[in-house]
Amino acid sequence: MNNDSRPLLLELKKVGKTFSEDIVALRDMDLKIHSGDFISLLGPSGCGKSTALRIISGLTEPTVGEVDWKVSHGSGAIGVVFQEATLLPWTTVEKNVWLPFRLQNKSFKEKKDEVERSLELVGLKDFTKSYPRELSGGMKMRVSIARALVTDPKVILMDEPFAALDEITRFKLNNDLLALRETLGCTIIFVTHSVFESVFLSDRIAVMAARPGRVIQELGVDEPYPRGESFRTSSSYGVICRNTSEALKLAMEN
Amino acid sequence: MASTDIKVDSPSPNKVVDKNELLKKRKERNIKIGKWVMPIIVFMITIYLWYWTVQVNNIPHYILPDPFLVVTTLIQDIQILLSALQVTIQITLMALAVAVVGGVGLAILFTQSKFFEISFFPYAVILQVTPIISIAPLIFIYVDNRTVGLLLCAWIVAFFPILSNTTLGLNSVDHNLKDLFKIYGANRWQKLLHLQIPSALPYFLGGLRIAGGLALIGAVVAEYVAGTGGIGSGLAYTILEAGYRLNIPRMFAALLLIAGTGVFIFAILSFLSHLLLHKWHESALQKEN
Repeated sequence: MNNDSRPLLLELKKVGKTFSEDIVALRDMDLKIHSGDFISLLGPSGCGKSTALRIISGLTEPTVGEVDWKVSHGSGAIGVVFQEATLLPWTTVEKNVWLPFRLQNKSFKEKKDEVERSLELVGLKDFTKSYPRELSGGMKMRVSIARALVTDPKVILMDEPFAALDEITRFKLNNDLLALRETLGCTIIFVTHSVFESVFLSDRIAVMAARPGRVIQELGVDEPYPRGESFRTSSSYGVICRNTSEALKLAMEN
Repeated sequence: MASTDIKVDSPSPNKVVDKNELLKKRKERNIKIGKWVMPIIVFMITIYLWYWTVQVNNIPHYILPDPFLVVTTLIQDIQILLSALQVTIQITLMALAVAVVGGVGLAILFTQSKFFEISFFPYAVILQVTPIISIAPLIFIYVDNRTVGLLLCAWIVAFFPILSNTTLGLNSVDHNLKDLFKIYGANRWQKLLHLQIPSALPYFLGGLRIAGGLALIGAVVAEYVAGTGGIGSGLAYTILEAGYRLNIPRMFAALLLIAGTGVFIFAILSFLSHLLLHKWHESALQKEN
């Protein structure tokens, strides 16, 4: 897919974040996100990838620079998925997915269709009345994704969402996430420290380095979607993984 | 290298019994039964020893009555004892209710304003660590109404566990959930209602169970200090009065009622806790298994 043909959604302009004099979490980060992009932020821990995500989500104000949104972005414009599923344990799956609407003072009845559709998309329509504790780690993560999708957000931010899951579940969720994206055409910014995951999922990878946190290289993954298991075993996948690993190695040495 | 055949183990046709697992299962079952049976056996042995000591040593009933005399007295004096019990329970429940309102209200104020918390929390601690028995005489000097005095004493003892537990609970919200609420633009009220209060519920219920027992202790201690009898006095006064008259069996009977009340309050609050938490909270889940 060609980036230029898609409208610009938001742009990070020389964004920097300094926590104290000697801790520079992020420096001079430029990043353009087009509608429909799947961008991975890849780097070692401490490279500011989570900080970048927090700045985009509005949780943290940048010290310098700005996040320039090209579209209006009110409540529900951003969906988030954290490393943990982060569900409300005291209520059911469907009520968890309803939460973003509830915070907009919209009743469950009014939004029941959206909630059901979202749960169907992640394959959990038979578990609407379950409590989070009754679900496996992978299923909880699916609920979390359903909640992020339910408001039909402009962009979905994912902060190492599958890092705590076993590899088999992670592969399955990777495949399903790509399928979801095919269906919905959503824009995703995905933080990960896995080279393989970033290559498999994204069409662009921003490789970041630590101390100070910054983007040192942007790599395009010019492989057409849909990508399935065959892509995981293809030679081009191997080549891109090697290139990305080398970029990451460079980032670690820096 | 020559390739070797890979042998796949098929499950053996004989049913294999694991001795250790069997032993473990048996032990678990014994503990399950023993949980009920053992305390009853201990109870019966204690009662028998008590009875036997009194009979063999010919102890007069104004020093140590035998257990059957205690039960007989309980039945005989039931009218006096029940009306006293009613007063004690009333004070206890009212104090507990005020403690819940005060403790939760203050905890919510604390989480809404950090300044409020750092200003007032030390005084809540001071109130808690000062023994009620040393404050109570002062309270009865300044408070004319006896019921209000008793209530105040019981409240001072009962409210702190609710305040401190609820404050802890309101502050123990998962930070990712807090971020999530912020991203979705939740206001302070929504955050409190949909996130902080449900998160704090298990903590609050833990505090409530402690407070239930403490409210009873506070009510009884305060009445000892208040000391005035007459109509409308509770079980503590019954014990004092019976003591003056060397009516030891009645003292035991009143004690029995107080202990029973404490257990009953604890059981009710534990049940309430189970009702509210069993669907989702870890503490309640383990009991089910």
